Amino acid sequence: MTAAVRLEGVTKRFRADRGVIEALAELSFTLEPLCFVGLVGPDGAGKTTLMRLLAGLLLPEEGRVTVLGLDTRDAARAVQARVGYMPQRFGLYDDLSVRENLELYADLHGLEGELRRERLREILQATELAPFTDRFAGRLSGGMRQKLAMGAALLKTPELLLLDEPSVGVDPLSRRELWQLVQHLAGGRATILWSTAYLDEAERCERVLVLQEGRLIADGRPAELTRGLEGRVFRVRTARGSRRPLMRLLRDRPDTLDVTAVGGALRLVVKEKEAAEEVRGIEGVRGMEPVAPRLEDAVVALLQQTTGNEDGRPATGGPPADPPAPRREMREVVIRVRDLVRVFGKFRAVDGIGFEVRRGEIFGLLGPNGAGKSTTFKMLCGLLPPSSGEARVLGYDLLRAAPAARAHIGYMAQKFSLYADLTPRQNLLFTADAYGLTGARRRRRLAATIAEFGLEAMLDQRSRDLPLGYKQRLSMACALLNEPEILFLDEPTSGVDPLARRAFWARIVALAEAGVTVMVTTHFLDEAEYCDRIAILERGRLLGVGTPDGIIEAARRNAPGVANLEDAFVALLEERRKQAA
Amino acid sequence: MTPPRPSGSARRRIRGLLRKEWLEILRDPSSIAIAFVLPVILLFLFGYGVSLDPREVRIAFVKPISSQPADSLAETFRGSPYFRVEFAADIATARELLDRREVQGIVSLRDDFAQRLDSGDAVVQLVVDGVDANTARIVQGYVRGTFARWLAGRDRGSPPPPGLVIEHRMWFNAEVNSRHFLIPGLIAIIMTLIGAMLTSLVVAREWERGTMEALFATPVRIREIMIGKLVPYFLLGMGGMAVATAMAVFLFGVPFRGSLAALLLLSGIYMVAALAYGLAVSALARSQFVAGQVAIITAFLPAFILSGFIFDIRSMPWAIQLLTHIIPARYFVSSLQTMFLVGDVWEVFARDGAALVLIAAVFLAIARRRTHKSLE
Repeated sequence: MTAAVRLEGVTKRFRADRGVIEALAELSFTLEPLCFVGLVGPDGAGKTTLMRLLAGLLLPEEGRVTVLGLDTRDAARAVQARVGYMPQRFGLYDDLSVRENLELYADLHGLEGELRRERLREILQATELAPFTDRFAGRLSGGMRQKLAMGAALLKTPELLLLDEPSVGVDPLSRRELWQLVQHLAGGRATILWSTAYLDEAERCERVLVLQEGRLIADGRPAELTRGLEGRVFRVRTARGSRRPLMRLLRDRPDTLDVTAVGGALRLVVKEKEAAEEVRGIEGVRGMEPVAPRLEDAVVALLQQTTGNEDGRPATGGPPADPPAPRREMREVVIRVRDLVRVFGKFRAVDGIGFEVRRGEIFGLLGPNGAGKSTTFKMLCGLLPPSSGEARVLGYDLLRAAPAARAHIGYMAQKFSLYADLTPRQNLLFTADAYGLTGARRRRRLAATIAEFGLEAMLDQRSRDLPLGYKQRLSMACALLNEPEILFLDEPTSGVDPLARRAFWARIVALAEAGVTVMVTTHFLDEAEYCDRIAILERGRLLGVGTPDGIIEAARRNAPGVANLEDAFVALLEERRKQAA
Repeated sequence: MTPPRPSGSARRRIRGLLRKEWLEILRDPSSIAIAFVLPVILLFLFGYGVSLDPREVRIAFVKPISSQPADSLAETFRGSPYFRVEFAADIATARELLDRREVQGIVSLRDDFAQRLDSGDAVVQLVVDGVDANTARIVQGYVRGTFARWLAGRDRGSPPPPGLVIEHRMWFNAEVNSRHFLIPGLIAIIMTLIGAMLTSLVVAREWERGTMEALFATPVRIREIMIGKLVPYFLLGMGGMAVATAMAVFLFGVPFRGSLAALLLLSGIYMVAALAYGLAVSALARSQFVAGQVAIITAFLPAFILSGFIFDIRSMPWAIQLLTHIIPARYFVSSLQTMFLVGDVWEVFARDGAALVLIAAVFLAIARRRTHKSLE
């Protein structure tokens, strides 16, 4: 039987400003027909390049790409006739209706007659878009757009289906629906390659390819990949209030491979089984039970072996810049939001939300793209005036005194928003100037920040050429230069590998312990476990506010099967939609 | 299922692309704005704003001690529709006005103007602001003409009825003529811009929105994508052409002495060349901003400067004259001017048309060769 995909020593390079970037390096693998394969890796790992090579849109510099028995170098069009491809940016025409978009791709794939009508009907039904055939694609919600794009890629039942991060930025309910859609329309009939940044999603595939910096660092069935960790993963229950200190303590132990917060407890991966007994005896540990290893554990283990990079182990030891704030101050409310509304034309981006954040808290804002997270953030940072309602930051009314509030906050935007052509040192100096830092304080803050964030090594390189993890550290360093009382982080970990994500969160937790209030948005639900409290947003409204555990508890009352925050989110969404219907 | 015949599926793909493009044109006003609003604005702007002949030239008139001939000359200047006269007491005041650029010239009579006139050696001093040499020459001509007219009228003992002296007609018709001559050329320049912008912008838009990647991943061919762009925007561009021609004839009163067939033929060829140029631009510019800039700088500016529309090619250095041969607008300007002002001169149309066909073919070939079905 011909392999669906065969790569032999494939190398793909791109010319960059300086020199050449190797997007894929000597990649070789074979995919069997009708297999459901997950492709995971952080941004810049080469996932999209691989997809484009398989769709015949790029050609390798070295090696050979064979798709369905055809070399893409000689037979790109023949490949394209048999492959369905959903690019990361969908390729939908916003000014065309749902039906017109599907008709276009049906024409391009040469679907005709009875088969065409049958297939269009089937796709519209499966995507639940049948009631919206006349709606313009630009007016669909995020989840619906993704379903339509997937439908377009599946029109002519392809033999190979390439899906480039189909689930990025949508709510967990839509993610599940997309997964079912693919299974329903192509499962067992096509080889499917599903690329994703979510490791838990990849875990459900029959086979997983893990890419890191253009190389395949793991390839196999999820069960095979995690087998080596059997018996080394534990759920650690902790005494009340001791979770964070314990987490730091465990992380610093040499026999710890990984420790994360999950569902009110800690999840610990150790290097040797024997280490577990020692941990059991540590003060504050209430109990430990072994749990099944996950794909993420395996990837973290692999990354620590292969890269051992400076992004990996966080500088956990580094003492906080200021002594921890006294307990009573922790109770003070620093952000107060009531009935906050922001309207753009007819669209209510934020529709009457309210919550309070106390000093030293990590407060997470969760929700899919378009839920109103960024709009809320911009209002709280004084960058966007609210339409109505109350928003107070450190006592300043943002309707009247936004600039005064801004002097006490730090903001890290989702995209790298420093000067890419300046060096990190120049960026830091510029930021210091912008904040008006002078004299001894300027020198002290610059030196302390450079040391704290471990920036010395690449201080004089051009920022553009830095690795993503380093860029993120630099952005955060600049946001903290002025010692803000509140730090706003907009999607700080999107696109980085699991190790860099952990390092980043360790830093955030350390900051909160030093008394800095942290507001953070994320679409990784597992990261919400690091937050003291979270607010879940959906279409401008609050689905729930509380501690992660509290939200899970509350959701369990209506849906007993809820096990984690993602389940809780889905349950809340379903409930909300039921009410709306 | 038997696979459909290749020609059938190619037709279906092209039909799908055309339908899609047409719907986008109807729903996204930007290409309609380029095709119809842009020519209207540009024609208004240039049609009314650009004239090679100044009107209402402001001059300072330094009048000597009152005398019959001096007063009469002053009156002639003041009565002329081509001057706005400021009377100045002496030459120093007049100079001040000139320095402040409030007047473009000074007409100064000596105190003994009346006496010297009788003896036949009267002197009229004319000072012209020479910063803009072209305007200066025209002002000089106007003053001379007015002076000659006054003299002629004086010989007959009464102010002359306007428009009787042949000399006058040359001057006064010059203004009207220059607009008749400019507007056909202007249409050619505007069509250059529209053609190049339409295709380059819509292709860049597909790159920006990521739809090109999805199109490329289907079995579609580059030539089918190109046809899908050329046909709709050809129709749109010709619509713009019709609007511009109608404006020229009905609004600016430019005579149209040629035939509609010639106009359709030549502008059709030219539109293909301009659209093909836009496609070639889009092969290298993948953002709308860059595409727009490139279209303006490499299509509009050379057409404006080197087509002979405003600057006479015969007065250019020979190297530049050679260069003008590869500017497609040159041929279209020449044909349009002939068509509007002279009529159907098929020798001219054949020569220009052949050059345009050649250029269109070259642009199409470049666009076809430079566009690859690849995201490299």
